[in-house]
Amino acid sequence: MSETILKINDLRVKYGGIEAVKGVSFEVPKGEIVTLVGANGAGKSSTLRAIAGLVKPQGGKIEFLGEDITGKDPTSIVKRGITLVPEGRRIFSDLTVLENLRVGAYLRKDDLTDDINWVYDLFPRLKERSWQAGGTLSGGEQQMLAVGRALMSRPKVMMMDEPSLGLAPLIVRGIFDIIKEINKQGVTILLIEQNANMALKTAGIGHVMETGCITLSGSGEELLSNEAVKEAYLGKH
Amino acid sequence: MEAAKKKEVLFTVLAIAALLIVLIVLEQVLPTTHILFTVLRKGAIYALVAVSMNLLNGFTGLFSLGQAGFMLIGAYTYAIFTMPTAVKLSDSVYKYYDCAIHFDMPLIPALLCAGIAAAIFAALIGLPVLRLKSDYLAIATLGFAEIMRAIFQWDTLGPVTNGANVLRKYIDLTSIKLPFSDKPFPPTLFVFLVAGICIAVIMLLINSSYGRAFKAIRDDEIAAEAMGINLFKHKEMSFVISSFFAGIGGALLAMFQYTVQAAQFKSAMTYEILLIVVIGGIGSVTGSCISSFLFIACSEWWLRFLDEAKYNLPGMNILRSGFRKVVFSVIIMVIVLFFSKGIMGDRELSWKRIGAFFKDPFGLKRKKKLAAEAEVSGNG
Repeated sequence: MSETILKINDLRVKYGGIEAVKGVSFEVPKGEIVTLVGANGAGKSSTLRAIAGLVKPQGGKIEFLGEDITGKDPTSIVKRGITLVPEGRRIFSDLTVLENLRVGAYLRKDDLTDDINWVYDLFPRLKERSWQAGGTLSGGEQQMLAVGRALMSRPKVMMMDEPSLGLAPLIVRGIFDIIKEINKQGVTILLIEQNANMALKTAGIGHVMETGCITLSGSGEELLSNEAVKEAYLGKH
Repeated sequence: MEAAKKKEVLFTVLAIAALLIVLIVLEQVLPTTHILFTVLRKGAIYALVAVSMNLLNGFTGLFSLGQAGFMLIGAYTYAIFTMPTAVKLSDSVYKYYDCAIHFDMPLIPALLCAGIAAAIFAALIGLPVLRLKSDYLAIATLGFAEIMRAIFQWDTLGPVTNGANVLRKYIDLTSIKLPFSDKPFPPTLFVFLVAGICIAVIMLLINSSYGRAFKAIRDDEIAAEAMGINLFKHKEMSFVISSFFAGIGGALLAMFQYTVQAAQFKSAMTYEILLIVVIGGIGSVTGSCISSFLFIACSEWWLRFLDEAKYNLPGMNILRSGFRKVVFSVIIMVIVLFFSKGIMGDRELSWKRIGAFFKDPFGLKRKKKLAAEAEVSGNG
């Protein structure tokens, strides 16, 4: 068994009086693709936001490579090597593609040429559009840019919030192929998705979330063949 | 790519040198009271303040209306610091108070102090205020500027600010000397040099990685935060730097006007600057500069004839004092209606763009080409 890169223990997140995450625990082994699937409002995004430091958890512990990072600010979390591809892509629409990538590497002071070339190799489309404003790209290209931008910080763990949101099925398949490719190059991936079918096919480990709790865990294939999951998320045939 | 860039830089340097030479010649040739100099000086000062406001509003996406307040702080700091001690101790300026400040300093240090004083106030105000967003931030900063105006007129602070009375007899534009001589420094040239250096510094900042972070915050705060950009730190930085340059702009305004009085720094002044920023294009430094000179020229010079009854045609009796302002307001409304993104939008003036303009002034050829392409693709 490989080492654990990220360990979440009894995480609780509250917004006002509403508890969105009610004690979630799971581990992310190094070099894996782990997915959290579940319906709207299950607490998936809140879990990611808490790990990224964008919201302060009310309880529980987040460990990164054995170090407690619970409640740290986003800057120091990105510095440690955890990055988030936010929901809905959120690219900087008035900056060029290249500038978007450079902002992704904002906390690094070293030379970026290799990384920019790496991202351009992964997404040749971005290279063609290097000087175009981010807002003029199509949805799929914007998602590529969001992923590329996140990679520019040289993350150890890349967290992705609904990368398939609002994209055509063919483009979604392309994005998931790239996710696998990035994973092969050594980046651990924590993915959350409503598109459970696609996510579970890609991921090695899956967790099903419902109303703030993890209700089922297993390998991607196990969950895909699980009757309850089939019924709830995949449509029973 | 590199060669083209070098050419651009060379052109820019040449253009700036040419501009400065023209200024020096003009100051020798024309009488010093010519209205052109008023327009050029005030235009340059307003350009600096507009660019500093653009850094905040256009590049960082913080809608702040505190500019007049920071100019006020800069103007007072400058005036008080450069007024000779002998004048402060005599009755000629501080008539009703005993001036509490018993030192004076030379021009350049005082200019820097003006900026630093504004920056310190900005840093303090920024701590609570920058947690607000959009309209709320605008209201809070506007309120701050109004409070500053009241505080500087407060009787208790009289020994420092001279209460509601004017400050004068400090180093103004006509009393600057060339270094190591008694000859006067060309005043318009001085304003252009100071404003030009400040604007150049702001442009360098905007094109640095900090500038990119500012623009990222403007475009999407959540994504910027997820990239590890510390939102508050960068907003505060932008606010402080913008206020620093507004303070220097205020000091230049004090030099330009020969007298300073807090009552003059009303919110209307901020609105004038906001108007310049909007007309020039939010997010365009060169746009702010161009529109500043156009704005000042229109309000101070080109429309003057509208105020004079002698230009009335027989039977027409509308030209009279104040009519200029009516026409000016209409012009502004037309500009805002038809150029909703301002003169420059969020683009910058470049030699390439100027060249393209002269080849195709109204975009007719480009339109034709686009139409032709559309037709071809439509047929295909």
